[in-house]
Amino acid sequence: DRLVVYLTNSTLKIIYSVLRLICFYAIEKVCYAQVISTCTFIDSDMKNAVIGNNRQKANLIVLGAVPRLLYLLQQSSSSLELRTECAVVLGSLSMGTENNIKSLVDCHIIPALLQGLLCSDLIFIEACLRCLRTIFISPVTPVQLLYTDPTVIPHLMSLLSRSQHTQEYITQIFAHCCKTPEHQTVLFNHGAIQNIAPLLISPSYKVRMQALKCFSVLAYENAQVSMTLVNVLVDGEQLSQVFVRMMQRDKPIEMQLTAAKCLTYMCRAGAIRTDDNCIVLKTLPCLVRMCSKERLLEERVEGAETLAYLMEPDIELQRIASVTDHLVSMLADYFKYPSSVSAITDIKRLDHDLKHAHELRQAAFKLYASLGSNDEDIRKKITETENMMDRIVSGLSESSIKVRLAAVRCLHSLSRSVQQLRTSFHDHAVWKPLMKLLQNAPDEVLVMASSTLCNLLLEFSPSKEPILESGVIELLCSLTQSDSPALRVNGIWALMNMAFQADQKVKVEIVQALGTEQLFRLLSDPDTNVLMKTLGLLRNLLSTRPHIDQIMSSHGKQIMQAVTLILEGEHSIEVKEQTLCILANIADGNTAKELIMTNDDMLQKIKYYMGHSNVKLQLAATFCISNLIWNEEDGSQERQDKLREMGFVDILHKLTQASDPNLCDRAKTAMQQYLA
Amino acid sequence: KWGRHWMCPVKTTLLQPSKAAKMAELGAGSLLTGDPAFNYQEHELNERLKRLYPAVNEEETPLPRSWSPKDKYSYIGLSQNNLRVHYKGHGKNHKDAASVRATHPIPAACGIYYFEVKIVSKGRDGYMGIGLSAQGDNMNRLPGWDKHSYGYHGDDGHSFCSSGTGQPYGPTFTTGDVIGCCVNLINNTCFYTKNGHSLGNKLSALSFCPCLSFQPNLYPTVGLQTPGEIVDANFGQQPFVFDIEDYMSEWRAKIHSMIARFPIGERLGDWQAVLQNMVSSYLVHHGYCATAMTFARATETMIQEDQTSIKNRQRIQKLVLAGRVGEAIDATQQLYPGLLEHDPNLLFMLKCRQFVEMVNGTDSEVRCFSARSPKSQDSYPGSPNLSPRHGATNAHLHNTGADSPTCSNGVTPTNKNKSHNKYTGVSSASASSSPSSSPSSVNYSESNSTDSTKSQPHSATSNQETSDSEMEIEAEHYSNGVTESSTRIMNGTYKHQEILQADDNSVDDSCSSRQLCGGNQAATERMIQFGRELQALSEQLCRQYGKNATHKKMLQDAFSLLAYSDPWNCPVGQQLDPMQREAICSALNSAILESQNLPKQPPLMLALGQATECVQLMAKVRSGSCSFARVDNFLH
Repeated sequence: DRLVVYLTNSTLKIIYSVLRLICFYAIEKVCYAQVISTCTFIDSDMKNAVIGNNRQKANLIVLGAVPRLLYLLQQSSSSLELRTECAVVLGSLSMGTENNIKSLVDCHIIPALLQGLLCSDLIFIEACLRCLRTIFISPVTPVQLLYTDPTVIPHLMSLLSRSQHTQEYITQIFAHCCKTPEHQTVLFNHGAIQNIAPLLISPSYKVRMQALKCFSVLAYENAQVSMTLVNVLVDGEQLSQVFVRMMQRDKPIEMQLTAAKCLTYMCRAGAIRTDDNCIVLKTLPCLVRMCSKERLLEERVEGAETLAYLMEPDIELQRIASVTDHLVSMLADYFKYPSSVSAITDIKRLDHDLKHAHELRQAAFKLYASLGSNDEDIRKKITETENMMDRIVSGLSESSIKVRLAAVRCLHSLSRSVQQLRTSFHDHAVWKPLMKLLQNAPDEVLVMASSTLCNLLLEFSPSKEPILESGVIELLCSLTQSDSPALRVNGIWALMNMAFQADQKVKVEIVQALGTEQLFRLLSDPDTNVLMKTLGLLRNLLSTRPHIDQIMSSHGKQIMQAVTLILEGEHSIEVKEQTLCILANIADGNTAKELIMTNDDMLQKIKYYMGHSNVKLQLAATFCISNLIWNEEDGSQERQDKLREMGFVDILHKLTQASDPNLCDRAKTAMQQYLA
Repeated sequence: KWGRHWMCPVKTTLLQPSKAAKMAELGAGSLLTGDPAFNYQEHELNERLKRLYPAVNEEETPLPRSWSPKDKYSYIGLSQNNLRVHYKGHGKNHKDAASVRATHPIPAACGIYYFEVKIVSKGRDGYMGIGLSAQGDNMNRLPGWDKHSYGYHGDDGHSFCSSGTGQPYGPTFTTGDVIGCCVNLINNTCFYTKNGHSLGNKLSALSFCPCLSFQPNLYPTVGLQTPGEIVDANFGQQPFVFDIEDYMSEWRAKIHSMIARFPIGERLGDWQAVLQNMVSSYLVHHGYCATAMTFARATETMIQEDQTSIKNRQRIQKLVLAGRVGEAIDATQQLYPGLLEHDPNLLFMLKCRQFVEMVNGTDSEVRCFSARSPKSQDSYPGSPNLSPRHGATNAHLHNTGADSPTCSNGVTPTNKNKSHNKYTGVSSASASSSPSSSPSSVNYSESNSTDSTKSQPHSATSNQETSDSEMEIEAEHYSNGVTESSTRIMNGTYKHQEILQADDNSVDDSCSSRQLCGGNQAATERMIQFGRELQALSEQLCRQYGKNATHKKMLQDAFSLLAYSDPWNCPVGQQLDPMQREAICSALNSAILESQNLPKQPPLMLALGQATECVQLMAKVRSGSCSFARVDNFLH
């Protein structure tokens, strides 16, 4: 039946092959031995039939040729020629569509071929490897299949010495199948570095190139590999120098780019210093060149992303890159795809441009983000680039999530500039698309966007007002309930910024929206950052006397409880200091004071911290007492008396002799309250 | 003493004696200061410039090596061998600006030129400008303000392109920074570098830096404007901070791939025919008869010339190259009657050569007397007739020169291998340059001839600075390869010394001694007689065609050989070198071909010559790509 279906839409040749195949099955079922001599003939015919014809390949697969071929391949009784032919046909089948590869993998071709590698015949091994290579470089193949049998990797390593072909195929398989730190470790433990390093000076360009790619995936975010790589010698030369040579400008672009990636990864993993000449004078300029207009779009994307990664943590590299070959304006070109010219003249070109347009934009945003992450001058240069802010704004609402993420990263990087916050950010109303982005975006975008929002909510930012009016508080409060610590931090951080010197109305709104329950949940958050920012929020809420009294009157009990809890708990100095500062703020209130004065336990705690070994804590506690005994307020006399009874005067007296001048001054001021 | 010490390295690195002389002149300053560090730097500089700009002929277009003490404004002071520039004016405003240009403009044959300037001190305001300017530009300005001048300024980081207002270009620069200026004469742009980082040139929308379009010669230029500003130039004295060689390699690769992919048009068949014709005509021209026939058969092409004619030419050429000029003359006269009669110059040249070969003992007229080589005498009966035995001679000759059919017999068996190697080397060198004898190949052969003679060990010692005596200095001078005229002037002084030298080495000499005319008395007499005939011929030609300086000199040189006890080892001894036969051989071959109405040059050599000329022309019209398209890059 199947055959009939295929008769309708296949060529004569394939019918011929298929018929032969079916005959072959029939005969073979009767007597395998008799047909063994004709097999080679049939197979080579099949081979010629399938080369370069995807439909015929699919036909053969549907007809069940793969299990047959695999069966023959695995029969050690078959002749070596036949087995090799089988591997070649399978290799040809795997060159087809992704569906072909899926079916091949489903037929368990990988274990069969890996098994075949144990054979001693080089030609057969090469045929198997070629097929394996084609299968493994396909995105549909699960790379894990390479690692299921622990004997495979050592065996592949041992095959590296057999021929240039085995070297090329095996390194290519490694380069594509090393996707996780575990893979890196497996390959590393089996001597990948020692085995592959000599291939970097192989006479074959393909081998050199694949070996180089191997190193780039092995070194990526892997300190162990990177540290080993710097000490490897190839033909008496340091590996980094070999990479530098591969970056020479007369080398193929692919090689320059991959070598630059290797050095970038080694540098980021800490194996090479960022001020090493091979980074500053070789890798960085090489990557900048990769961003130039002369390069292919793919190369420009890869170059920009790698460069962004390279200089992310280093301000000096950012400064150098920002002046190299006009990089900042060069990147503006990344936004000009598809160009208006290509749309008219060339459909193919347009298609190509469209395909890469998103990638180019996100790469440019990433690189801008990296460039501007530290230096104010560079940020200024970036925002002054033609239409930069408009591009970011439109990037924030693009359909591609990658572009949105990169755009918000870029915005975040630029938002660290006070000047930009005051000027271009406000002029372009970036808060609008940003707020839109914050509605139901994926977490990674949310983290960046909320982080940017934090900066936009700083008190000097003119965008703060409109953002407040847009009902951001609800959103931020919901962020504080997120599972992701980063989002919780950003949410509370933004609230903290918002509460800084804010109106009573805003503060009340925050407290109401957040709810005391959530506030206290955050105060027991496992993440110290969250705790710190929550305390910061409390501190900002409890500023200026009327606010303090109002909030304390409604939430005083809970707040005092929380403060007690933190002061009693195991927390860092910074956390305790922050808490004592809150207490000091409370002590500044008119009515709120009483919450402390009536709480002897709390007063004992303050006393304890005044005698603490840490100056910061002593200072904060002294502040608190100073506020309580301040003269010009009602009932100051009673408070002074009570505290004297509790022995605070003696402590203050002692503190006036403290070595820290601040603490000494503060204690003296407090003592004066008694004298007046 | 310094002078000699200094010349040694130059001699070993630069083969061209005239260049060495130039170096000596340039190094005059160092002779006075006697600063070894400076000499070393000078040496470094020469090496680096040679490596960076191999296409530049410094005799025609010298490279900038320092700032010019003449071409500067009065507010500029120079020091440290004219490499350090400092400002010594008032520096009140822009009217006090001052510049200095380098000694020479940037030759177009550089292709890509680069120099660096280190800011030693930014002085009061740091108004330094680094760039280029043309000869005659006002020096009371910073580079970039005037027509045909370009500059990158330190105070604002702007680039000025022949205008008083700059364009935002790069970062500012100040004390401690190294600023570079790179001129690309291939695409006519320039860009600057700061501390080894390229600041870039062209951009899509804004052109920050100039297109140098059509320009007069540009000089490296630096300008200063406020007191205390000091900068140091690096024209190659030290390694550059920016990797200029890497940048050049990119352009070299670009141009090579452009050449490799150059479209040859639609008619691929025609192209192939042209190539086949070139190969075939080359083979025919040089008389590689059998090879030419095989080639013609394989490619199914036709050969213009008759096969016998090719063979005849081949035979005559072989005779000349074997040193049997007399026979060659006879054969020519017989096969191409009237040829030599119509070309008395050629005949005279041949006869002169024949005389030299007589001295050498290789010409058959003296060879037949010699008892030293009975075998060759055997194989060659001395008759100019085409005898059947001649084939054997040919075969014999062919064997000796199996690798290169134009190879001559070695002078002595021991020297044979050596001279053979040298010969092939030189022949390829002269093949690559235009056929009119190029100076480099002549120089080369000159030094070669001294090498192959017995003076070699002696001059080798004099190369080392250990030897001090005046005599040896002169010897060294000589082995350096002085031009022919000066040799002749110094002949008198040399003579004595050379004899002494020969005496010194007489022990070595005696073993493998070559003797005049093979040491045969009768042969010597024949030679003397022939010399008289030659003299008569010269006088006759003189009467007929008027005086001819070339002839006179040729004759004089040839006769000079007799003045020395060991002619092989004397100032004019190079005449005896077998490879001197090549020129006369090809002249004769060309004359024969011309007489047959065939081209006197093979098209392949014409094409090569044209390509070489074109590259030189490119340099003259300031097309920078010539530096990366040199013919010898493509001759392997």
